[in-house]
Amino acid sequence: MTRKRRRLYLVLGGFGALAVVSGLVLSAMSDNLVFFYSPTELRAHDVPAGQRVRIGGLVETGSVTHKDDGATIDFRVTDGKVDVPVTYTGPLPDLFREGQGVVVEGALENDGNFQAAEVLAKHDEKYMPKEVVDALKKSGRWREGATTAAAAGPGMGAAAGQ
Amino acid sequence: MIVELGHFALVLALVLSLAQASLPLWGAAKRHLGLMEVGRGAAIASFVLVALAFAALVNAYVTSDFSVVNVVENSHTDKPLLYKITGVWGNHEGSMVLWVFILTLFGAAVAWFGSNLPPELRARVLAVQGMIGSGFLLFILFTSNPFLRVVPAPANGQGLNPVLQDPGLAFHPPFLYLGYVGFSVAFSFAVAALIEGRVDAAWARWVRPWTLAAWCALTIGIAMGSWWAYYTLGWGGWWFWDPVENASLMPWLAGTALIHSAIVVEKRDTLKSWTVLLAILTFSLSLVGTFLVRSGVLTSVHAFAVDPLRGTFILLLILVAVGGSLTLYAVRAPSLKGGGLFAPVSREGALVLNNLLLSCACATVFLGTLYPLFLDAVGGPKVSVGYPFFNRTFVPLMVPLLIAVAGGPFLAWKRGDLLGAMQRLWVAFAAALVVVIAGLYVTSGGPVLAILGFGLAAWVACGVIAEWAERVRLFRAAPGESARRAIHLPRAAYGMTIAHLGLAVTIAGFAGSAFEQERIQEMRPGDVVSMAGFDLNFRGVEEVQGANYSADQGNFLLSRGPETIAILHPERRFFPLQQQTTGKTAIHTNFLADYYLALGDPDGKGGWAVRAYWKPLVPWIWIGAVIMAFGGVMSLSDRRWRVGAAQPARRPVAVPAPAE
Repeated sequence: MTRKRRRLYLVLGGFGALAVVSGLVLSAMSDNLVFFYSPTELRAHDVPAGQRVRIGGLVETGSVTHKDDGATIDFRVTDGKVDVPVTYTGPLPDLFREGQGVVVEGALENDGNFQAAEVLAKHDEKYMPKEVVDALKKSGRWREGATTAAAAGPGMGAAAGQ
Repeated sequence: MIVELGHFALVLALVLSLAQASLPLWGAAKRHLGLMEVGRGAAIASFVLVALAFAALVNAYVTSDFSVVNVVENSHTDKPLLYKITGVWGNHEGSMVLWVFILTLFGAAVAWFGSNLPPELRARVLAVQGMIGSGFLLFILFTSNPFLRVVPAPANGQGLNPVLQDPGLAFHPPFLYLGYVGFSVAFSFAVAALIEGRVDAAWARWVRPWTLAAWCALTIGIAMGSWWAYYTLGWGGWWFWDPVENASLMPWLAGTALIHSAIVVEKRDTLKSWTVLLAILTFSLSLVGTFLVRSGVLTSVHAFAVDPLRGTFILLLILVAVGGSLTLYAVRAPSLKGGGLFAPVSREGALVLNNLLLSCACATVFLGTLYPLFLDAVGGPKVSVGYPFFNRTFVPLMVPLLIAVAGGPFLAWKRGDLLGAMQRLWVAFAAALVVVIAGLYVTSGGPVLAILGFGLAAWVACGVIAEWAERVRLFRAAPGESARRAIHLPRAAYGMTIAHLGLAVTIAGFAGSAFEQERIQEMRPGDVVSMAGFDLNFRGVEEVQGANYSADQGNFLLSRGPETIAILHPERRFFPLQQQTTGKTAIHTNFLADYYLALGDPDGKGGWAVRAYWKPLVPWIWIGAVIMAFGGVMSLSDRRWRVGAAQPARRPVAVPAPAE
């Protein structure tokens, strides 16, 4: 075992590991990147049914209806121009409210209804997800100073459902 | 007055830190002992000053001094005392003061306990600590001063975010920062070694205990954060691959690699330049974590835009610290000659494998966390990277690591006997096989990955115990002889055994969570829900009054057959000050499984949304983390650190000390 041999082994091992990681990352990136759209973009991009995406906007006031099973709700996510009907079964984050910003992850169904797998809201009333702010800005519905984002502490992310 | 004194103490600490950053370095270059010694005094004095500033801030919170902006924004007279104190670090400015407080604490500890370090090395280490301290004190004084006054003072404050008013989160930041900032010592030692151009076994002996202490604190800090998320957020998730969590996981992974590679430097005098690089990267990742959380880029680009100075300043600090140290590394590392040679199959080889896998895992977390930010910054599409990405990159890298954990300690230094190690691991292999087959049989081919997870946990646990049994020659020597060996085994060896057992416990907890059951439904008083052999009887909701909130408190009777197990009181708390409602879950645990209950919204017709979960083995996740940290503390208590550190710096050959 010479010094050169050892270095060769280490370099080979390093490159091998690098190759494995690149492979894993690239394959996972190609399948598991979830794109974010505002309701307007969702319609404009013609996102195919079944593709997992995130949409963000406001929960339209007066659109929330609870189904009888106590766990399923319907609501509409709007950016002021276009709105998307959403169905979700599962626990909602505490800050889910009509008129508040929300990010929903899931997929479109063939009938244009959005089946949510996850509803995200941050645990701060003042907080508006940045995607929602951008989406509202794009549709011209953003009022500057309407919300101030507060980074209160670590681990503030809250998600519901899996 | 006290507030102004606090502010003044911070300014003085900055001046002292600047002296600490420059004079000892100059003294070390000139071999001027007096200048070198300035570092020790300055380090201890700046610690005292920052401690005074921190105490002044705590005092402002405790006495509710609403002439201070920071107190107005984050405190309220009605808040319980505990949360008045923890509110100090529940906000940006205060948490940065805590950060620097811990940094100067570590600096003072090096000055205090470092009497037996070579004076040049000590001077340089303290100088680097002083540089980091100066950077962050400048940051506080120019962008995040917690001592600003407001005139006229308002009658009361705005209170602390209700979700932060929780004992679990109250102590999460101090532990996290002890970990983050503790790695600065390893960083300073690495930079000092590069300046000197020498890394030897004594250097590694110095670096390891500091790194280990930081690692223990970080382990506890991360576990606390995860536990808090578990019981607060109301649906029992314990890890979200949220960027804020990833920010703390990355230094943990790199730090775990570092405490392993430093063993090789200490015992075998090789892998030096890699270990130095790892020490630099670990602290750099801590800085990146601080940047991610503190600059506001994660929560919102909007927050970043409100005060771009902060983000830019931390980014600049990172560039200087990382860029500077890596440049120094590039110049000096080639001169660090490696010592002992080793075959690929050897203890060193196993530790290299550990390092490769941990750093690759760290890299995948880094990519997954920063790629969306990068894409956003260059104006690309908005994307998010969630748990599916990490499940497909991070988890596959952990499997070989766990397989190696059991095998590595069986290999001898220099040249190991793989076949012999495998022969001695047959018990562990059999145990893993039995667990997997039994698991598949009981669940009739249920979640295969989770059952394989149990198999891995059994493999690691039995492998670790087999290794201990080997050392004490259990059943192969007379019982008295085994007992004597067990007593005389060094604490560091027990530290490793315990930490690896903790890992097995945590893995079992991860795997167990795949078997959870849930019931989410509308319940009216009198309704009964059955799950996992338990009956949950909803007996109604009553209003209760807390210190600064009012709550709807549910009353649930948990029973199994005729036997009452527990009465659970989940709450929905309304904080009038913030106009905010938060949930308070109720958990009944027997340490094998949690019965987890959360109260949702009322439907206005007498029914309440109720979420009940049965979560087998989930408590083991945090129990395992505590065991791991305890293993670290055990290793720290080894007398070798106290005896060994006193040895002279030059050491021609590695010590044939007991294996780790």
